[in-house]
Amino acid sequence: MSGHAAEPFAKLPVGPKPPLRRFHQARWDEPIIFEQSRPGQRGIAVPGPGAPAVELPDSVRRAAPPALPEMSQLHVLRHYVRLSQESLGVDLNVDVGQGTCTMKYSPKVNDSFARAVAELHPLQHPDTLQGVLEIYWRLERMLAEISGMARVSLQPGSGSAAIYANIAMIRAYHAARGEEHRDQVITTMFSHPSNAACAKTAGYEVITLMPDADGYPDIKALRAAVGPRTAALLITNPEDTGIFNPRIAEFVELVHQAGGLACYDQANANGILGITRARDAGFDLCHFNLHKTFSTPHACGGPAAGACGVSEALAEFLPGPVVAEQDGRFSLVTPPRSIGKIRPFLGVTPNVVRAYAWIMTLGAEGLRQVAETAALNNNYLMHKVLQIPGASAPWDRRRIEQVRYSWQELSEETGVHSEEIGVRAADFGVHYWTSHHPYLVPEPFTLEPTESYSKEDLDEYAAILAHVASEARTDPELVKGAPYNSPIHKIDPTPLDDPRQWAPTWRAYVRKHLA
Amino acid sequence: MEHQISATAGTGAGLTVGLVVNPVAGLGGPAGLKGSDGADVQREALARGSVPRAGARAARAVRALLAAAPGVRLVTMAGAMGEDSVRAAGGSPRLTGEARPAGATSAADTRAAVAAMAEADLVLFAGGDGTARDVLDALRPLGADAPAVLGVPAGVKVYSGCFAVSPAAAGLVAAGYTPGAVAEAEVVDLDEELYRDGLVGPRLYGTVRVPADARRLSGRKTGSSAAGPGSAEGVAREVVSRMRPGVRYALGPGATTMAVGRELGLATTLLGVDVVEAGPRPRLLGADVTEARLFDLVRGHEALLVLSVIGGQGFVLGRGNQQISPRVLRAVARGGPGRRALVVLATQQKLAGLRGRPLLADTGDPDTDLGLAGHVQVITGHHESTVYRIAAASEEYAQ
Repeated sequence: MSGHAAEPFAKLPVGPKPPLRRFHQARWDEPIIFEQSRPGQRGIAVPGPGAPAVELPDSVRRAAPPALPEMSQLHVLRHYVRLSQESLGVDLNVDVGQGTCTMKYSPKVNDSFARAVAELHPLQHPDTLQGVLEIYWRLERMLAEISGMARVSLQPGSGSAAIYANIAMIRAYHAARGEEHRDQVITTMFSHPSNAACAKTAGYEVITLMPDADGYPDIKALRAAVGPRTAALLITNPEDTGIFNPRIAEFVELVHQAGGLACYDQANANGILGITRARDAGFDLCHFNLHKTFSTPHACGGPAAGACGVSEALAEFLPGPVVAEQDGRFSLVTPPRSIGKIRPFLGVTPNVVRAYAWIMTLGAEGLRQVAETAALNNNYLMHKVLQIPGASAPWDRRRIEQVRYSWQELSEETGVHSEEIGVRAADFGVHYWTSHHPYLVPEPFTLEPTESYSKEDLDEYAAILAHVASEARTDPELVKGAPYNSPIHKIDPTPLDDPRQWAPTWRAYVRKHLA
Repeated sequence: MEHQISATAGTGAGLTVGLVVNPVAGLGGPAGLKGSDGADVQREALARGSVPRAGARAARAVRALLAAAPGVRLVTMAGAMGEDSVRAAGGSPRLTGEARPAGATSAADTRAAVAAMAEADLVLFAGGDGTARDVLDALRPLGADAPAVLGVPAGVKVYSGCFAVSPAAAGLVAAGYTPGAVAEAEVVDLDEELYRDGLVGPRLYGTVRVPADARRLSGRKTGSSAAGPGSAEGVAREVVSRMRPGVRYALGPGATTMAVGRELGLATTLLGVDVVEAGPRPRLLGADVTEARLFDLVRGHEALLVLSVIGGQGFVLGRGNQQISPRVLRAVARGGPGRRALVVLATQQKLAGLRGRPLLADTGDPDTDLGLAGHVQVITGHHESTVYRIAAASEEYAQ
């Protein structure tokens, strides 16, 4: 921002910090790492003492070197430190604004355990993997206990992969009973859209229930929707609004009566850990995202880790292999009617180890405390946010662990939209996400504090929102012009919708734009 | 905005409501004329068998008004421009202005009538968007002293924001009106000449003050441009994939239903009702048909009605598609519940824009509307649908 006076130097004692941070993010204008490659540059990792020299046979040697950037150690380090400074995230700021994606702190001690398994090879003989197989086995049993399910697969590499695995099991279950005609999957508008997306990818017709006047999924619509074509209900609870559906068992019952299966999206179980269980409400399947609930890295599209849990009746369809235990020995077995593999090998082992470590440090009581703290944090933050003029939380219902709020009133008064307020918040070192599309809640923003954040963190976050809301009233153009203190200012989102332009890898970028 | 409670609310004591009926409003709808502006169009509509209905709809509004606020004072024009409707509803109006014979009224008559009611607290008018424009013109010279207005939906297109959801809802809003408790509403209209040629050009003509009752007002029609360009095609592909050979499908007006015609390779119309027969080689049996022709085409055949939703309002029947009359619905439903005859199309975006309001039917016959009430499947994209509530407009906001 322009117009700042020079800050006083060496005036003692040092004055108190202002209530809002004078934040300014680093901007390095950093090239892509491939552009920094210089032929012959190397970073050297010296082998440990006593390591035998290994000569690879010609049959496994590459004819041409891989197209990797060539750089010195210093320049690699500098590159990634710079990128990390151009980012926001839970290790850097109060990251409560990524509602439904769920950001929580991942204790660094758990990374040290993950490093301990980093050098295992997935094709090692199980006899040499007993320790890590035991971790898989024990984590599976813990997640079974947490969800009430009979068996759990830890193979999926993400939450969506876990949903897809569940859909594949649903399809296999009906096929095994000669009911291939069940070609409809029911979900709700405020369930995570991966449910609809996975069902559609698997070839199902998707029926999405809209919320009723009270903000709950319309149970009358469910009654009208279920029938002989119903394969399953895929539903989140609490939904993305943060509202818990107290009639969830009735939803499950209606689907069961029609011969369908009920699948609980527990990607984010932060509000219910140790309080309620999927199987107790009658669900046949569920899944967790280990990063949302069990403190593994989110990994921005992978490899994260997902887990799917199933009732006894569906255990034979689980993706394989799964870990079996007999007399303290662990082996890999593929269930008799397995849907096959959802990803290669066992799963994302470093994240499985982190999740195991996290649960072990907390214990059963600790897990429940996570849920209670997450709900307390959320309700405290809601209390603070609702004091901001122009902010509201539709439906006047008790919230569990997150809230989808609305700036409708503020926006009608000022012409400033929710996206713009979220971007302006980045000038104070935080951000938020609005909502999936389409926006059912007008001018939405979704906050989810989880158990990680302190009262001071939440006070700071609410103070930033209050400040930006007040700016929207006094100087709407200032808010609309934001951000000013971030590395990237306005971006044009249209390339995201244009396959000719997008390039998720360097190779694609070279092919599409440099060729 | 919330309704304000005052000493008069509930009885109507001290409240003066003026009533202006445009007797020819809505005439063009069943005739497939997309509007009723102009004497030539009105003659043509009558020649095609249309029956005036604005007076009866105004009477329904007055009946609801008098039931809820018996102490209200009613001022109106003699004859078809209001008096007949008040008397049909069992009321005794104070008259102002000169009686005009039905069928011979003009926009100037509407304007003169509204001007004669400048002293009323609220002017209730029965008509469509064209009538709303005349009301706006008549109020303009009065500036801030102009009374609040409220539309009783009786036109072919009712896209402006100053209308109640149904005639009965209009009566209830008027009964609960506390002078001063107002909101701004937009008056929009389409150029009927261009509209008949298949071009949609909504124009904002101005704003009027309406009683603050966001629930019972239908809201302004919103544009469909917010939906992604691929979405109408996705919906159309799904509709076509569900079509069964030999079944007749009446495609209502709108860009989404037009996309269905395109997907079939048929020259269907943007604004008319078209009838197609599915099969290996789909056939266009009638383009831009009148109510009578539509009835002939569906009677005795297996048929379905493919209808889009008016954005922001939720109307599926009774706005811009009056050709689909109660007898057409009965013929298509063939003894089953009316909603079975419907294939409703709307993107998720459009349904989200309804903000939880139901889909609405206002066929002009409350029993037909009631027969439609329940949940219908709404096709929202390729292999995508939702199940959404549809309600009778006359009943939905009767409380």
